[in-house]
Amino acid sequence: MTSLDTAHDEGPSARSGASGGTAAEIVFDSVTKRYAGQEQPAVDNLSLTIGAGEICMLVGPSGAGKTTALKLINRLIDFEEGDITIDGRGVRGENVTALRRGIGYVIQQTGLFPHMTIAANIATVPRLLRWDKQRIRARIDELLELVGLEPEYAKRYPAQLSGGQRQRVGLARALAADPPVMLMDEPFGALDPITRGRLQEEFLRLHARVSKTVVFVTHDIDEAIKMGDRVCVLRQGGRLAQYDPPDVLLARPVDEFVADFVGADRGLKRLSLRRVGDLHLLPAPSARAGEDGTAARARVAEVGYETLILVDDDGRPQGMIGRDSLNGPVNASDARSIGVFGRLDMPLRDALSVMLSQAGSHLVVVDDDGRLAGLVSADLISAELAGTDASARAFDADEVPT
Amino acid sequence: MIGILAQGGSGPVIPDFGGGGAGNSCVRDNGFFCWNWFQQNWSDTFQPRLIEHIELTVVALAIGFVISFAAALFAYRYKWFDFPFTTFSAFLYTIPSLALFQVLVGITGLTLATALIPLVTYTLLILFRNTLIGLQEVPDEVREAARGMGLTRRQILWRVELPLALPAILAGLQIAAVTVVSLATVAAFVYDHGLGSPIFDAINRGTFKTELIGAGGLAILLGIASYAFFAVIQRVATPWARYRRA
Repeated sequence: MTSLDTAHDEGPSARSGASGGTAAEIVFDSVTKRYAGQEQPAVDNLSLTIGAGEICMLVGPSGAGKTTALKLINRLIDFEEGDITIDGRGVRGENVTALRRGIGYVIQQTGLFPHMTIAANIATVPRLLRWDKQRIRARIDELLELVGLEPEYAKRYPAQLSGGQRQRVGLARALAADPPVMLMDEPFGALDPITRGRLQEEFLRLHARVSKTVVFVTHDIDEAIKMGDRVCVLRQGGRLAQYDPPDVLLARPVDEFVADFVGADRGLKRLSLRRVGDLHLLPAPSARAGEDGTAARARVAEVGYETLILVDDDGRPQGMIGRDSLNGPVNASDARSIGVFGRLDMPLRDALSVMLSQAGSHLVVVDDDGRLAGLVSADLISAELAGTDASARAFDADEVPT
Repeated sequence: MIGILAQGGSGPVIPDFGGGGAGNSCVRDNGFFCWNWFQQNWSDTFQPRLIEHIELTVVALAIGFVISFAAALFAYRYKWFDFPFTTFSAFLYTIPSLALFQVLVGITGLTLATALIPLVTYTLLILFRNTLIGLQEVPDEVREAARGMGLTRRQILWRVELPLALPAILAGLQIAAVTVVSLATVAAFVYDHGLGSPIFDAINRGTFKTELIGAGGLAILLGIASYAFFAVIQRVATPWARYRRA
């Protein structure tokens, strides 16, 4: 595994397994940006803190000043009121070109240089910083691998690449000098939904490896919820409406505007943020073949279920047996198929979907080794969303899914 | 007018159409093209005139390019400059070349400058417009990405904007070169230089066909060669332009 946190004096060839890298805290302190001749400010008294290594999503309707707020950080747009600091240093006090060379910048149309090869595009900032040739070449190879492009792309020109590939190069170019901060202005906005989804996931994986402070503008609330550690919702006139982690934003929008903006399906959206493994799973009554059926029947009755899960010697679910069939030793031939299992890393939204498609109220969950981990019920999920501990409650459900 | 040329002095051996001295029936009869005569006069007439013509073209193109390039950079930075310079160079472009040469004789005399000035003025419009449009057509997002990565204004100009404008600039040079090659033949009217000299000479002597066609043909070939030259330069200098999408 390569990492982007290679110390500058060692060069990128000094690879280490450690991830982490550099990241910096960004603080907006009462920043106001007014364009000449406009009554309403584009950004109005904005204060927020973006923790080092976090992904902060800036969302809002058009005219809410998202892109303006982003460009204030690398001073593509200048401002006079308030201050923005990166690791405590005010951006307005920095030399503007030095500041920008230390900040990765990715835009929707990529802005790749059409007259330069992919390699030369990626090498832009390292060249400005006067890295030596060998180090630049090694860095290019490393970055192509990191963004999932074959090394032979290095010699091609941007026009020879697809939209998704160009955006990968844009990302590699922004990461080239290992900046602690990345600014991304709707980077995936021009891509088709499938490519966009793939790049979003790859970016999250990449971010886990390189740890950058990312400020990411999008108009897509789903993207914001999927990608963000925190989401900053701006309203018309560049005023901050809410700044919270996605789950809080969906669960407790501060007002009508935010509730409208995140959408009426915010409950469902929250389901995609959580995984089955986050829940306190319900205990599942189970037995191995040959066990005493009467004792097993009593265990099933005790939790109020109608069905027993048949497991093998390693605890892997094999099927389910109705309570009434449990006479004498547990017999494997009485078992019916369970259908689709839930998994611990399955988003709750998918778990619910499986439940609905199997017309059952419960889902049998297995762990990474395929062993029975417990049960999920629709009630458990809704209780999770409501924020109460559902596992302590009694259940009236009488059957595991068929 | 024609008398000026007769004083040029270094013209080719003038054939005697009717007389018997030349001993060449083709020349005596003023045949369409006497290859023998062309060959005999290659080294002392056609070759030096061709070289002079190339020199004249290169010098005029170089001066024209320096002026237009500087003007285009200025107009790119200060938009107000575009209109007056375009108007000025377009005005110069509309002046008939023969008239301009004639007017300049009264100012700069029968000198190289008199020949060069009109040639240069005819390059200005095309070189200025092409350079400026090439720069203006650099996509905004490319410029913005360059700025966002911390390139200075000068670095953006030399590393991004001018390389991207290069196809337009070279296309301008290509057209300007062909224009200057053809106009430079007219320049011999005021300054005994280049392939225009044998052309005027041939006309002056009663339209000696071999000399007229020989020099005129070389001028045409030179025009084609300069067009091809810039086509090759385009291809070599801007390999990326082939992949550019419409």
